[in-house]
Amino acid sequence: MPNFRFPAPRSSEITPETIYRRRRELVKLLGLAVPGLLIGCGNGSGNAPAATTTQSTLPPLTIAKRGAFSTDEPQTSYHDATHYNNFYEFGTSKTDPARNSGGFHPQPWSVEIAGHAEVTGTFPLEDILKPHAFEERVYRMRCVEGWSMVIPWVGFPLADLIRRFKPTSAAKYVALTSVERPREMPGQNRAVLDWPYREGLRIDEAMHPLTLLAVGLYGRALPNQNGAPLRLVVPWKYGFKGIKSIVRIEFTETQPRTTWNLAAANEYGFFANVNPEVDHPRWSQATERRISGEGYSLLGNRVLTQPFNGYGEQVASLYSGMNLKKYF
Amino acid sequence: MPRRLDRIAASKPFVFALCLIPLAWLAWDAFNGTLGTDPVAQLEHRSGDWTLRLLLATLAITPLRHLTGWNALIRYRRMLGLFAFFYASVHLSLYLVVDLGGFWSQIFAEIAKKPYITVGFAAWLLMIPLAITSTKGMMRRLGRRWQQLHRLVYAIGLFGVLHFMWLVKSGNEIAVTEPLIYLAVLIVLLALRVPVWFRRFRGSTKAGQPRAATKPQPATSPR
Repeated sequence: MPNFRFPAPRSSEITPETIYRRRRELVKLLGLAVPGLLIGCGNGSGNAPAATTTQSTLPPLTIAKRGAFSTDEPQTSYHDATHYNNFYEFGTSKTDPARNSGGFHPQPWSVEIAGHAEVTGTFPLEDILKPHAFEERVYRMRCVEGWSMVIPWVGFPLADLIRRFKPTSAAKYVALTSVERPREMPGQNRAVLDWPYREGLRIDEAMHPLTLLAVGLYGRALPNQNGAPLRLVVPWKYGFKGIKSIVRIEFTETQPRTTWNLAAANEYGFFANVNPEVDHPRWSQATERRISGEGYSLLGNRVLTQPFNGYGEQVASLYSGMNLKKYF
Repeated sequence: MPRRLDRIAASKPFVFALCLIPLAWLAWDAFNGTLGTDPVAQLEHRSGDWTLRLLLATLAITPLRHLTGWNALIRYRRMLGLFAFFYASVHLSLYLVVDLGGFWSQIFAEIAKKPYITVGFAAWLLMIPLAITSTKGMMRRLGRRWQQLHRLVYAIGLFGVLHFMWLVKSGNEIAVTEPLIYLAVLIVLLALRVPVWFRRFRGSTKAGQPRAATKPQPATSPR
């Protein structure tokens, strides 16, 4: 059990565990009292948890601000968001990360800041996080495979962190690297991908206010399978851009090599902006299967995929004049 | 034939019931909500898995006969083949109705443009004539051509495996090994046929007429 400690909330802000549990029981009872409403989606006696249940024993986080850029679409249940993950370091099946990440230690943790910046070096995670107030952002998450979720992340804008390290004018890109620990991450013992996992952004993408460094979800610290203790969330790009368990952030002059692009350049571009007009070579990206709400429904999950995953208003200008079919 | 207990005929209802178990299991999970986070993907994957397994089981009959000499095995072949077609139809229906349901315009684009769906759909289409001509009457009517037509099953097997291989996420290096296992089994089942084909070819060119072993089975070509 990871016992990484984030800044604790004032005790007056914390709901006592007993009251919290009692509320959950009440929700369950209410749910049972109206089974007719639940059957609608083909779920007679489902095991799906209520969308509001966090079921997390991880430390709660102090959230200073809520709601910026947040969607009010139905959220994915905590259970689904934490038991259906692509994190090949723990195995290629979606259920592997939750199963195989128990032996991973997200603390102590340090992050190296390198490259074209005035301040560089290796810093303990506590020092990296200290100056930042956490905010909650409810973002859509669109996987390149054609499914999507709605997740309340807790974190802070990557831009705020970047400013502290004062990148120079040579910093045109930000290259991020995941941790490599084959002993704790069984999937790394197989050469499925070129470990460690690497991702990157253009500096203007990295500085965009939507781009988030997340330390938690659903009000609590990130579980190992979701990229503890620090991960990237870029809501207008396909999920694989959201690199997990970050240990290195480098400012570079040239476009960094990125893992999925190295594995199959014709299928996974550097930009990887969500785009219903540009299909994956092997499957359509026009629509997606939304995993949200109670999490178990057989019909009516498919929705239209939005350009830039619905964040076009905020980010389309970053790409004006670019041929998005070529730079996919 | 002396009037004895026909074990094959007696066992057929059991094999039939056995082939229905995966469907019952799937229906049970769907009803109970135990298909996991993305239940529609699970329905598709599991019905697809069983299609391939039954297809490979069908293709295993002939090599097993050659290896064991137990010719009666062929009497299970039609049932296994028809169940493969049945599961393929369930798989396709789930994709069209449950998964894509409502987004009809996408269906045609997907079938025409997406290679993995094209080969999967082609495999299902090719199974239709084989299912239609699987009756004894059709075997009799088609004679030698029946066997020629049913060689389509090799293409169907290949298309089915390609359909699985192409849908997994990674491109150049296939990240997921499961489709490769199906490919390996298919290759073994086809390779086991090669010596028999070779012998048959030599036999027919040397003697000018087929040898006993190459004669079509009475049930398949009585002409």
